[in-house]
Amino acid sequence: MNLQSVKTLYLAEMARSLRTLLQSVISPVISTSLYFVVFGAAIGTRISEVDGVSYGAFIVPGLIMLMLLTQSVSNASFGIFFPRFSGSVYEILSAPMSYVEVVIGYVGAAASKSMLLGLIVLLTARLFVPYSIEHPLMMLVFLVLTAVTFSLLGFIIGIWADGFEKLQLVPLLVITPLTFLGGTFYSIDMLPPFWQTVTLANPVVYLVSGFRWSFYGISDVSPLVSLLMILLFLSVALAVLSWIFKSGYRLKP
Amino acid sequence: MIRVEGLSKTFRGGFQALVDVDLEIRRGEIFALLGPNGAGKTTLISVICGLVNPSAGRVTVDGYDNLREYRKARALIGLVPQELTSEAFTTVWDTVSFSRGLFGKPKDPAHIERVLRSLTLWEKRDNRLLQLSGGMKRRVLIAKALAHEPQVLFLDEPTAGVDVALRREMWEVVRQLRDQGVTIILTTHYIEEAEEMADRIGVIRRGEIVLVENKHALMRKLGNKELTLHLHEPLDAVPTALTGHGLALTDEGHALVYSYNAASQEESSSISGLLADLEAVGLRVKDLHTRQSSLEDIFVSLVQERA
Repeated sequence: MNLQSVKTLYLAEMARSLRTLLQSVISPVISTSLYFVVFGAAIGTRISEVDGVSYGAFIVPGLIMLMLLTQSVSNASFGIFFPRFSGSVYEILSAPMSYVEVVIGYVGAAASKSMLLGLIVLLTARLFVPYSIEHPLMMLVFLVLTAVTFSLLGFIIGIWADGFEKLQLVPLLVITPLTFLGGTFYSIDMLPPFWQTVTLANPVVYLVSGFRWSFYGISDVSPLVSLLMILLFLSVALAVLSWIFKSGYRLKP
Repeated sequence: MIRVEGLSKTFRGGFQALVDVDLEIRRGEIFALLGPNGAGKTTLISVICGLVNPSAGRVTVDGYDNLREYRKARALIGLVPQELTSEAFTTVWDTVSFSRGLFGKPKDPAHIERVLRSLTLWEKRDNRLLQLSGGMKRRVLIAKALAHEPQVLFLDEPTAGVDVALRREMWEVVRQLRDQGVTIILTTHYIEEAEEMADRIGVIRRGEIVLVENKHALMRKLGNKELTLHLHEPLDAVPTALTGHGLALTDEGHALVYSYNAASQEESSSISGLLADLEAVGLRVKDLHTRQSSLEDIFVSLVQERA
């Protein structure tokens, strides 16, 4: 393992985020606060409790997931797309680094940043609602696995995209709807039976459910199923990525 | 230093950019790869540097296979691309240091400083790249390529779109590097650049290496010039006093053409003799111009030779 190279790439990516500290940190904090004001305070007061948890506290894990998914995808996709777009990717590709090392650098930085934001959202939430974390260790496991998996997805999107439109397309058309329909703001028990079944096809349901379980011990699906599903997504992302590198798709003609 | 054997590259669309290329670059030389646009210069460099996968053939750098032992092979190479690409918001210092780390070398501010000073970038070290002029950006790219102390430096069209003064400076920088023992491969479509810089010249055309030759030999071969003298009064024949110069009468007697080899000291100095004789004969010259065989002519003649 070429640690020096990986470290350099990782730190440079983190530094890029720090340069845009304002939009990186302030905007998620503001948007989370807005969700709490609207869903927690305004609407939440009319919904008393979900499975014995106050509605405000109930949406905390979902909001963190929402942030984690969107940030992971956008960070990682932009991280690799921009050098491809500007042409400076030549340097990465001609460096004495393996693909695994390149991915660790980019995806590691993107995942670190989104986890950091997830934790910031967690702290921000504290200002609005009291919550408890029943299984802190599992919470972290879910946090890390989700951040890594979706950063990998973002990395793939960043390689696939051949323009800024496509870069926005997947987060906008896929990730956001899936998160909103994935039980961020409700328990899927609240849905009619037919839609409950349909919802199970939404991968985000498993992420939110598992994550919420680590907070309150309540879940829509078994936490084990959630964990297995995340691992499944992770393996799919890794498989796609290894195909990309083997075929040289969009990187090496 | 670099050995290319039977290298071919066919792109996905079916375009064959390289056709069975064999090439050997010697340690410590400046090698110019000369060819028109689209001849395959950049593709060849890209394959050697690991940016493009070859369809067939192999490349070794200092004995290391560039695919199987890519870490060792690539660590020896610095690449300056043709396009000015850069992360606009980083500073000169940061981006050059980044390049060093990316190639797995530990931090060495003293080396970075040396590189920046040698490229007259030291004053600009805290500037963001977007504040720099095109010529400065190109130097930054060279600095990045030198940050990890490579033994081989690839310069892809280093002086394309660069003004004359800066071009001379670039040449000077390249010479200094060669003096430090760095092997340099540069691509160009300017014959004068190859002439100025290179020890050896390879000519590439349509993905094939047409010839590789020592510069001086090539220049002798290709350095033919023509001096055309446009006359006020047409002549019926070359005046007897001038027959010794081997002149040809063209343009219905309106012009005299003198062919000589610019690379040869002796022949080019004979021009003054010719002019003196013209004066003596009393021929009035309306205009004169010289023409050197252009790169295009060279390619045409090379291809005809091969046919």
